Amino acid sequence: MNPKNTVAKSLLLLAVLVVPLMLNLFGFAFYLDLATRLSILAIAAVGLNLILGYGGMVSFGHAAYLGIGAYAVGIPAHHWLYGGMDMIASTNGFLQIALALFASALFAFLTGLVCLKVKGVYFIMITMAFAQMLYYLLVSISEYGGDDGLVIDTRSEFPLISLDDPVQMFLVSVLSLFLIMWGVRRIARSQFGMVLEGIKGNEARMISLGYNTFRYKLAAYVISGVICGFAGALLGNFTTFISPEMIDWARSGELMFMVILGGVATTMGPLLGAITFIVVEEVLSTITVYWHLPFGLMLIGIVLFVRGGLSSLLERGQKTDD
Amino acid sequence: MDTTLFVIQLLNGVQLGILLFLVASGLTLVFGILDFVNLAHGAVYMLGAFICASLTFLTGSFVLAVILALPIVALAGFLLERFIARPLYERDHLEHVLGTFGAILVIDTLAHLIWGPAGIAIPLPPYLDGQIEIWSGIVVPTFRLTIIAAGLAAAAGLYWLVNFTRLGMLIRAGASNRTMVSALGVDIKTLFSLVFALGAVLAGLAGMLIAPITEASLGMGNNIIITAFVVIIVGGIGSMKGAFYAALFIGLIDTLGRAFLDDIFKLFMSSAAAENSAPALSSMLIYILMALILSMRPQGLFPPKLR
Amino acid sequence: MTELLSIKGLNKSYGGVKATDDLNLSIREGELHAIIGPNGAGKTTLISQLSGNVTPDSGTVHFAGRDITRMSEHKRPHLGMSRTYQITSLIRSMSVLDNLQLAIQAQAGHSFRFWSDVRKRQTVRDRAGSFAKEVGLEDQLHARVDNLAHGEQRRLEVAMALTSNSRLLLLDEPLAGLGGQEAAEMIDLLQSLKGQKTMLLIEHDMDAVFTLADRISVLVYGHIIATDQPEQIRLNVEVQQAYLGEG
Repeated sequence: MNPKNTVAKSLLLLAVLVVPLMLNLFGFAFYLDLATRLSILAIAAVGLNLILGYGGMVSFGHAAYLGIGAYAVGIPAHHWLYGGMDMIASTNGFLQIALALFASALFAFLTGLVCLKVKGVYFIMITMAFAQMLYYLLVSISEYGGDDGLVIDTRSEFPLISLDDPVQMFLVSVLSLFLIMWGVRRIARSQFGMVLEGIKGNEARMISLGYNTFRYKLAAYVISGVICGFAGALLGNFTTFISPEMIDWARSGELMFMVILGGVATTMGPLLGAITFIVVEEVLSTITVYWHLPFGLMLIGIVLFVRGGLSSLLERGQKTDD
Repeated sequence: MDTTLFVIQLLNGVQLGILLFLVASGLTLVFGILDFVNLAHGAVYMLGAFICASLTFLTGSFVLAVILALPIVALAGFLLERFIARPLYERDHLEHVLGTFGAILVIDTLAHLIWGPAGIAIPLPPYLDGQIEIWSGIVVPTFRLTIIAAGLAAAAGLYWLVNFTRLGMLIRAGASNRTMVSALGVDIKTLFSLVFALGAVLAGLAGMLIAPITEASLGMGNNIIITAFVVIIVGGIGSMKGAFYAALFIGLIDTLGRAFLDDIFKLFMSSAAAENSAPALSSMLIYILMALILSMRPQGLFPPKLR
Repeated sequence: MTELLSIKGLNKSYGGVKATDDLNLSIREGELHAIIGPNGAGKTTLISQLSGNVTPDSGTVHFAGRDITRMSEHKRPHLGMSRTYQITSLIRSMSVLDNLQLAIQAQAGHSFRFWSDVRKRQTVRDRAGSFAKEVGLEDQLHARVDNLAHGEQRRLEVAMALTSNSRLLLLDEPLAGLGGQEAAEMIDLLQSLKGQKTMLLIEHDMDAVFTLADRISVLVYGHIIATDQPEQIRLNVEVQQAYLGEG
């Protein structure tokens, strides 16, 4: 790896951490919120990148895990306030996050059993369909607001940390992001990651070498879901509002676009993609409420004319061999 | 439960199934022949509804509006093929998905700009708006029957087109062997454009048929496209026959599930519990069925013979 | 000599076409057994059934006395059989060393190790390197497979089959598409493996087959019509050519 690149990346990470805090200090609290949202979406993108980038599994339903994570914060908080479901009624952050991770893992495991049996387009469509299933399920449960969603009255409670403080909320999000980026980087370079890369490259060959590829894919799928579920728990705390709309397939599409925009199978890619997405969304939506129009045109343009995403522009021919 | 209600729900299920088939057949046609994943197919369905709405107010006749709107959605399909799909054929499915996802955002926003955020109701002519007695004492809306008849006619036309015309022969040949079709001296690009436009017409027609019942609205395309995906997954991607049976099956299961699942649940649980759990389960029913069918037959119920 | 692989009454049809028709074959431990036959005789279909990629309609396959007819593909390498492909099948986006390392690790327990850097596992790295050396790729360890010459890819393919402690190698046309010099290197490589491994060789190059093989079976329309020493088959083949107009 070339040292100039390492410096550039370190500076970028430092900027993501420091710039929002500085701006907040000078009274631009809005940018702190933006950076918190960015960090949370970037975590989800990092999670998606594990299967999409490193494993070649194109999931179009990963917003489902954002929803699961957020509802895992909202539902216990709701019952804590209004009674019922004593087993999970709580505002304890550790319990809520554990619930978010467990529920995401379970959903990923069960749906993974089905969708990982198939490949290519089937996989794209089925991940989409399962996310939509969850969407309709949440719409149908009137106790949690159905279509309209639910306001989370109390954020997750932790000792020493208060998520009600925007600076602490930001720090928790951005430090989680860094930690998860580092973790996924380790996984990508581990023996497991190597198998995943092999499956992406030539699954039939991996099978004939003796790998039970299904199990490895399932494990990656579950880890990816759990990471996105964690992002969802943060998102619920950040927006203090949950609704089925979080699972809408447009959200999954945006997530996917971040990963691809930033460059798949790279450590910095998802972060770069999330930054680009947030900046473009912010700039365009201040110009016009119809910002989806230029955004859509931009997406089409990128697909048609730029291949490999932004990261590929930064580091062409990166390869982590030795 | 009473017979009238059951018959009406049955008809609703068939009607949903027919509409699903119109949307899914275009998807499966484009995928089977062009190997292209078109997420924006639902957006064409929505466009059909809106264009038909505008034309109904312009011409004063719903039927005339449908006839005029069909070539317009065909043109939309043609443009979609020319500017987004065609450059992406040689790329992988991921890029198809992203490119057409961009197209959805563009089309949805344009529709928003042109027709506004609210839905548009389409008035029906009196001869379609009434009710009809199909059996002694069983009265159903005329327009529901019209939708079923029109949808079946379109399905029959499609069957004839694919199986008994030169275009259909080329389509079938193109699905299994592109180079061979090129070798026959057929301009493969034109063929692909035609297939895309045909798919757009079918989806657009479905949108026009449903609009008088539900209104033309912005989210309608994105709702039906995923159900259409479920249909072609269950039916076997690329298979027309599979799309037809799966569409009817999914349409009936979804409709009857939503209508009667609580009654069925009440047979073996308290009515409060039934009323709580039935909506949740019925909303997931088709997806659960899809999962079950896939785990037994990963290629769907009627996988196409080739590919 | 003991029997390592035993195929009895194997059948496989596609549509109405019998790709494998009541096929019986016995491979002895330590021999290089070649299968020849005209195009479309069902040679690759046979290999695919042995490797588990295709399930036979009927019949049995025993490997080292164990019935493996319906065993999953990914389990068979662990018993000691590995295959190469007629059309090179490698992980093209990865390096030579990575490909070999994956092949080695496939044999050594599970790969659910999520944390330590796999490319710093020096012992495995070294072993992978020694296999590369065995097939003359020691100068290309870090090259992406994409960038290798065709002959080098073919040799890597064989090296990957060698990494497992396989007793049986299923070689599907290892010479396919190789030029004179490259083909000669491959023949030398196979020659050097003789005696160490049992090999089932499918090959169109008759010179290579008659140089290398201990025994030869002739496959026609999915059925073995003769199995014998090369000299006998040579005579026999001429008879066959008279009937089939093909070699």
